Formats: sequence, C-alpha cells, structure tokens
Amino acid sequence: MRKPSQLIPENTMAGNALTIVVAIMCFLACLTLGSVTLVRDASREWQGDILREVTIQVRPSDGRDSAADAAKAASIARLFPGVASAEVLSDQESNALLEPWLGTGLDLSDLPVPRLIVVRVSDPDRVDLAELGLKIKAEVPTATLDDHRAWTSRIQTMASATVLVGLSILALVFVATILSVVFATRGAMAGNKDVVSVLHFVGAEDGYIAREFQRHFLMLGLRGGLAGAAAAAVLFLLMGLILGPSVSSGTGEQMSALFGRFSVGPIGYFGALGIAFLIAVMTAVTSRIAVYRYLAETD
Amino acid sequence: MIRFENVGLRYGVGPEILRDLSFDIRPRSFQFLTGPSGAGKTTLMRLIFMAMRPTRGLINVFGRDATSLTKSDLPAVRRRIGVVFQDFRLLDHLTTFENVALPLRVLNKEESSYRTDVVELLRWVGLGDRMHAFPPVLSGGEKQRAAIARALIGKPEILLADEPTGNVDPPLARRLMRLFVELNRLGTSVVIATHDINLMNQFNARRLVIEEGRLTVYE
Ligand SMILES: Nc1ncnc2c1ncn2[C@@H]1O[C@H](COP(=O)(O)OP(=O)(O)O)[C@@H](O)[C@H]1O
Ligand SMILES: [Mg+2]
Repeated sequence: MRKPSQLIPENTMAGNALTIVVAIMCFLACLTLGSVTLVRDASREWQGDILREVTIQVRPSDGRDSAADAAKAASIARLFPGVASAEVLSDQESNALLEPWLGTGLDLSDLPVPRLIVVRVSDPDRVDLAELGLKIKAEVPTATLDDHRAWTSRIQTMASATVLVGLSILALVFVATILSVVFATRGAMAGNKDVVSVLHFVGAEDGYIAREFQRHFLMLGLRGGLAGAAAAAVLFLLMGLILGPSVSSGTGEQMSALFGRFSVGPIGYFGALGIAFLIAVMTAVTSRIAVYRYLAETD
Repeated sequence: MIRFENVGLRYGVGPEILRDLSFDIRPRSFQFLTGPSGAGKTTLMRLIFMAMRPTRGLINVFGRDATSLTKSDLPAVRRRIGVVFQDFRLLDHLTTFENVALPLRVLNKEESSYRTDVVELLRWVGLGDRMHAFPPVLSGGEKQRAAIARALIGKPEILLADEPTGNVDPPLARRLMRLFVELNRLGTSVVIATHDINLMNQFNARRLVIEEGRLTVYE
C-alpha cells in the first residue's frame, strides 16, 4: 500500500525556490551570528590577556645599580596581593625583544636600555595596580608601572563597537530573511489556489485547509532552515580546523592572534539551530496568514 | 430543499445574466437545467452551491435563508451538495482514489474507514482498475467519472452536474445518464446542466430552461 499523497503538491518550482531562499537566508543569518560571537569571544580574550600582564620598567640612572633596582622592584611586586609572579627579563630576553629594532649582536651594557619586569596577575579583579605603582615608585624612584589601561579601554570600546555593528547586521539580516521568506511563501501559495478552491468545495473547513498549509510550509521551512544551518555549522567547523591552534602556519598564527582560537562556541551552534527553527516557524505562520487571507477573499 | 425567489444576478457592473428566477428543487427529484451556451447554467449552479451570492432575491437552502448562513456554516452545507464541474477540477498530484476520497479525508477520517466505500464507488463508475492512476493520464471520460465519484462519495442529498456529457462520446454519455438515474432512484436529487437536446429527449424528466435571463419550468 502506497503512502497517501500530501494534499499540497510537493516539489513544485515555487516550493523548491522557497526552500532555497530559506536555506540561503538561514545560512547568512547563522554566519552573521557566528561572526558576532567570535568577535565577542575574541575581545574578551584580549582583555583578559591584557589585564593579566603588566610591566615594570626600571630606567637606568647614573649612580644607581639598575640590576639591583630591578630585583628590588620585582620582589615588592611579588609580595603584592593578587600578583602571581614578577620576573626580571634577562639580558638575552631583553635583547630578543629589541632585536627587531636594533639588530643582533649588541651589548646591552653599553646602552641605557631600561630593564623590564614582567608581572603576572593572578586575579585582575583583586589587584590594585595604582597602589602597586605608587608603592614601587616610593621604594625605587627609577621604576614605573605600565598597566596597559589605555589599551584595555581602547580595545574594550573597539570590541563593543564591533559587536554592536555585528548585532545591527544580524538584525538587518533577520529583517531581510523575514521579508524574503514572506514573499517566497506568498509566491508558493499563489500556485496553490486551485488546491485551496478544490478543498473548499469538497467541504473542508477553513481551519483544516490552514492546518494543511501550515504543516506543509513548516516542513518546507525546516528542510531549508536546517540545510542552511548545517552548511553554516560545517563552515564553522572547517574554519576552526584550518585556523585552529594546532596548525602553526603564518596566517593561522596571525588569525589566532586576532581572533583567539577561531572557534565558534556553543552559542553559535545552538543559535544556528534556533535560527533554523525560527525561520521554519515564520514560514509556517506566513502561509497560515496567506491562506486565511485567501479564504476571506473567496466564499 | 432548494428554493429560489425572484433571484437576479449580474457580474460586476455588467448586464443582469439571470432575472427574477423562481423555482424549487424537491427531494428525490430529477431535472435538466438547459438553455443555449452562455445562458447562465453554470452561474445558476454556482448560486445553488453558494460559490457566489445573488445580486437580489432569496435563496433558501435546506430550509435556511442563504444570506443567514455564515462562512463557517458553508462547509457543512456544501457537504450535503455534490458538484461535478464542467472542467472536473481534479487535483493532478493525487491518485484517482485519493481525489475521490478527498471529501472524506478533509473530515479527518481514517483511510481504513472509507477505503472499501471508495473502491466500491470507483467500481460502480467503472474506474476499478484506474484508481492508482493520476488524472493527467486519464481520458476525458475517465476524468468525468472520477469527478462524478468524488461528488457522490459523501452521499450528498443533491447532485449538481455541469455538462457531464459534454466531453464524452454518445455511448458513454448514455452510461453516465443511467448512472444518474440509478442514483436518483436511490434517493438523491439530481440536477443536470446540458444543452444537448437529444440527450434530454431520451428521458422524460423535468426541465428548467433559461432563456434571455429568465427561467421557465416544464414539469
Ligand atoms: N466570472 C464571470 N465574470 C463575468 N462574467 C461572467 C463570469 N462567468 C460567466 N460570465 C458571463 O455570464 C454569462 C453566463 O455564463 P455561464 O453561466 O457560464 O453560461 P452557461 O454555463 O449557460 O454556458 C456569460 O455571458 C458569461 O460571459
Ligand atoms: Mg457552463
């Protein structure tokens, strides 16, 4: 016994066109959502990194032993609450930092190069960097604390601006999705007027007709939406693999410096699924409204 | 069961196609609706079926004033009327069986509850071996019979058939007519719109004749 045919014809041109429109719009919306979460995660990571590291510079000064000053400043920092470690960079490490600017084979002792102390913060919320700066200054006048605060706030503004732009794009993509789904659904509905009128004269209730259409378009929307979301998810995964931390190609490193690990978090994946369902429901609701409108016009 | 009183109808701002129609269709009756092409036979059937409303006059359907029926009353009334359209209006993506079963399917009935009835009816109209075929591959006569079977499956109290013999050869036309007579004998009122005088002359039945917008009844 064959399975009963659907009352609303499947695989019509308008129906297939609608599936494709839904898939593409869903793909774009998912991509936008993924990018927004990516930027947000990356900016959090930058901020975290910046807040977790401060440097102390000890300027060489006549009549002072800058090595001793540096050691003293480091030991003050080490004892400060919220600080995990404070290491004076060795000559080689300083050389390595300066190499790109000054070239190789130079002797630091001939130059008035400041000594650097890298201070790692264990708890950015607990440590009072201003207080630490003052304390060190009091004991070692040649030392200054650079807490990167200007950087953090600048990055913070930039990141939130980027997220805001991303969210506006997401909103626009949503509006475009809604409009194209509405119009494609209405186009597909127009091709089904004959079906509606036949159902009508064989005595079908309006509610029955609307339910049939709603179910048909819900399935159609789900098919398109899930295809679009799946394509976006595959793209996220591929990007994660290609630009992930395990690969140490030049571009990979640059990208990961910029975006952190290029991996879309669970919000991206669940969001994609949510967008697919939302679009499917929208398709169904639009078809329901279109049917009722059509039924109201004819009687 | 259907009564018209001084019914008039015009399409839009055009001339009045039907004027002062008064007649009734009684239970278990059999009648032809006739008149030249373009006289308004199809239009009159649309009025009976409540696919449109008259411009003036009264239509009473199954004891109720048609103007008092709301949109939600219509499906129930339509199920008591079987219609065979001139152009059949079969759904091409459904099999013959599914097309015929449609009036029961839209009542949310299980297929198992009506399967034997539909098969039996298909055999009665001579489509027993065509029930899994789709309308595009059916001949004109087969489509005609499928449309008739769909009109009958819900056991309507009245059957309206618009030019049911218009697309078939004379032997099949006679067979279809015998089918309608048999149906009428079983208790259904039958209205057959036709402009085929020869066909009507083979039956001694009531005639509703539309000419120049007016209707005359010959009992
Ligand atoms: N939807 C319509 N709009 C305007 N005029 C129509 C419409 N349907 C039918 N007519 C006109 O009404 C008249 C009667 O048509 P119809 O009822 O189809 O006649 P019949 O079925 O007797 O051949 C014709 O002149 C036709 O042109
Ligand atoms: Mg006609």
